[in-house]
Amino acid sequence: MEFVSIAILNGVAYGLLLFLLSAGLTLTFSMMGVLNFAHASFYMFGAYFAYAISSTIGFWPALVLSPLLVAVVGAGVEKFGLRSLHKHGHISELLLTYGLTYIMAEVVQMVWGRAPVPYAMPTQLQGSLFRIFTTTFPIFRAFMMLIAVLMLLGTYLVLTRTRVGLIIQAALTHPEMVESLGHNVPRIFMVVFGFGCGLAGLAGVLGGLAFATEPAMAHMVGGIIFVVVVIGGLGSLRGALLSSVMMGLIQSFAVAIDYSIADLLRVLHLDYIAAPSGIALLDITVSQLAPVLPYLFLVVILIARPRGLFGTRDT
Amino acid sequence: MKLNRLAQYALPLITALAAGGANADKVRVAVIDPSSGPFAAVAANWYKSMLMQVDAVNAQKLAGENTIELVAFDNKGSAQESQILLRTVIDQGFRYVIQGGSSAIGAVLMDAVNKHNERNQGKEILLLNHSNADPELTNAKCSFWHFRFAPNSDMATEALTTEMAKNPAIKKVYIVSQNYPFGQAVSRSTREYLKRKRADIEIVGDDFHPIGQVKDFSPYIAKIKASGADTVTSGNWGPDLTLLLKAASDADLKVSFYTYFANTYGVPLALSPASAGKLKNIASFSPNNAGFNGKEFVEGFKGKYKEDFILLPLYNTIAMFAEGLKRAKTIDPVKVAYAMEGIKMKTFSGEMEMRAADHQMQAPLFITSWAKVDGKSVRYDQNDTGYGWKVEQRIEPYVASQPTSCQMARPPR
Repeated sequence: MEFVSIAILNGVAYGLLLFLLSAGLTLTFSMMGVLNFAHASFYMFGAYFAYAISSTIGFWPALVLSPLLVAVVGAGVEKFGLRSLHKHGHISELLLTYGLTYIMAEVVQMVWGRAPVPYAMPTQLQGSLFRIFTTTFPIFRAFMMLIAVLMLLGTYLVLTRTRVGLIIQAALTHPEMVESLGHNVPRIFMVVFGFGCGLAGLAGVLGGLAFATEPAMAHMVGGIIFVVVVIGGLGSLRGALLSSVMMGLIQSFAVAIDYSIADLLRVLHLDYIAAPSGIALLDITVSQLAPVLPYLFLVVILIARPRGLFGTRDT
Repeated sequence: MKLNRLAQYALPLITALAAGGANADKVRVAVIDPSSGPFAAVAANWYKSMLMQVDAVNAQKLAGENTIELVAFDNKGSAQESQILLRTVIDQGFRYVIQGGSSAIGAVLMDAVNKHNERNQGKEILLLNHSNADPELTNAKCSFWHFRFAPNSDMATEALTTEMAKNPAIKKVYIVSQNYPFGQAVSRSTREYLKRKRADIEIVGDDFHPIGQVKDFSPYIAKIKASGADTVTSGNWGPDLTLLLKAASDADLKVSFYTYFANTYGVPLALSPASAGKLKNIASFSPNNAGFNGKEFVEGFKGKYKEDFILLPLYNTIAMFAEGLKRAKTIDPVKVAYAMEGIKMKTFSGEMEMRAADHQMQAPLFITSWAKVDGKSVRYDQNDTGYGWKVEQRIEPYVASQPTSCQMARPPR
């Protein structure tokens, strides 16, 4: 009972962080068709900026300033890089963002070094919020969940309930029309891209605290956010939410399952298949597989449903 | 064309003369370890530790008239990349290679070096392994061309389980390991040795996770809690240990930890003051051991690099290699390898010996615990945390020493 409740909480918390990370990616994709390979690097920038700001003027200003700064960097990338490449098609844009991941990793290493930086948690977020049986639930995890939910609500409302959101949505499907109505479409794209990067930056502010702020942090989440976005359906915010929480829960529970394919065969009285071959592969337990399960799901989803759970276009 | 022809004959002659005549050589050593990826920061500390001793060797003429020069190559933590780099450094004329970031990579390089040396007599490569701990490397896979300067995991586990067996409070043990040869070796030997020393201890869990992939360890912590374990032992290192310990303290997991690498670079930043007394780590040395004679080196290192000197095997690698060069009076790898066999010399933890039978370093080990600096038993802290490693028990080499199954083929002297 204790395990189940804790595993659900942990799964949802991790899932929401994943969502915060992948929301920006799926947004920029749905809006601009740009698959931003450097998204995880913006996440890393968010963490490092927050570290730098919080060590001078405190964590709370950093929570606001760092994502803004990342958004500015992102907007700059759109304005000076992607915009001129747009006419050459998506491959050039993809390559640009891919190259960017290396440049950004180098920048971080040159400025802050290769070692993890001591990005300290503010005292208000330290300690535990409540206790389930004997396990404590850190305040910080709850705070992370709160931010993710607020961000989701905010983005959803802006996109569907405000004038700005309407213009953005229109600019995506009918750019010429919106342009002839007097709106600056390139600027809208710049803002959207910057916003997506800013979301990654926000996730970085939190992720850097929850895990470690180090140059490899982008690399460590780079794979998983693509999995989340593809499973959810490229471009679908709802899909990203569902699939991130799903990934969080799967990872949480899979770790606890110590059964292997060989065990399954034994239960079905089919162990004569496995026994003589002595294939070690069959003895791998689900818990050992836990961290690679998301990638397994990615393959399955791509085969069974190429557009993902809620996607509208093929990946 | 003519000039070319001339060079073709003259060059080998000149090099031969140079090698035979002078004994003041610059020995270039290729270091193949990650300088990017999740373990980059950890490996940077290794490199600095070696560099510090290389400077001392060159300044104090510890390698005779020879000087040592380290050249770093980034293997990105990949075995394939390391193999390509080995090819590159051989082509560039390196005769000595240092590596130690992964037993899996170490095994691949050993295999490649063995083959190369067999086919290229007179151009042998020597592999100096600073930290790969998989016991196989000095047992079934042992090679004349490989020297290990760190304790292998069986030696460390022998020492750690002896310490665990002494603690009557331990009843249920949980093992967490990275899924690669070293992690598997730790899991296997921990189970085996505990059974021999304390049959009443129950192993309530034995988990493997991919190396350098897991971000969130809280599911593992929840599982440990559900198992009712009172003690966790883990061979994890780098971020895999940092994140494991961080998740444990977040969830208020009240167990004792027995680890192999909690003193490694950056991990102490994840330790809460609550870990004091609950965390025991096996190490090759602690600057806090009684009669510690490396004060100058440790303080010089901190002053120069603003980091802590952590892993003695890195120092040992360079110190013993220099001694081997000095004794061999040549830089020929075959002669240097023979010279290194059986060397006994002083290090910061006492005496170390390179066992000739399997090229496995024999040196004291220390059971240390995380404790607040008190100026007496804990004089040096780590990562400026105000906490450091207190020596609980010094373990003499013969206690941790393991028999070897190594049957080494040796080249003619």
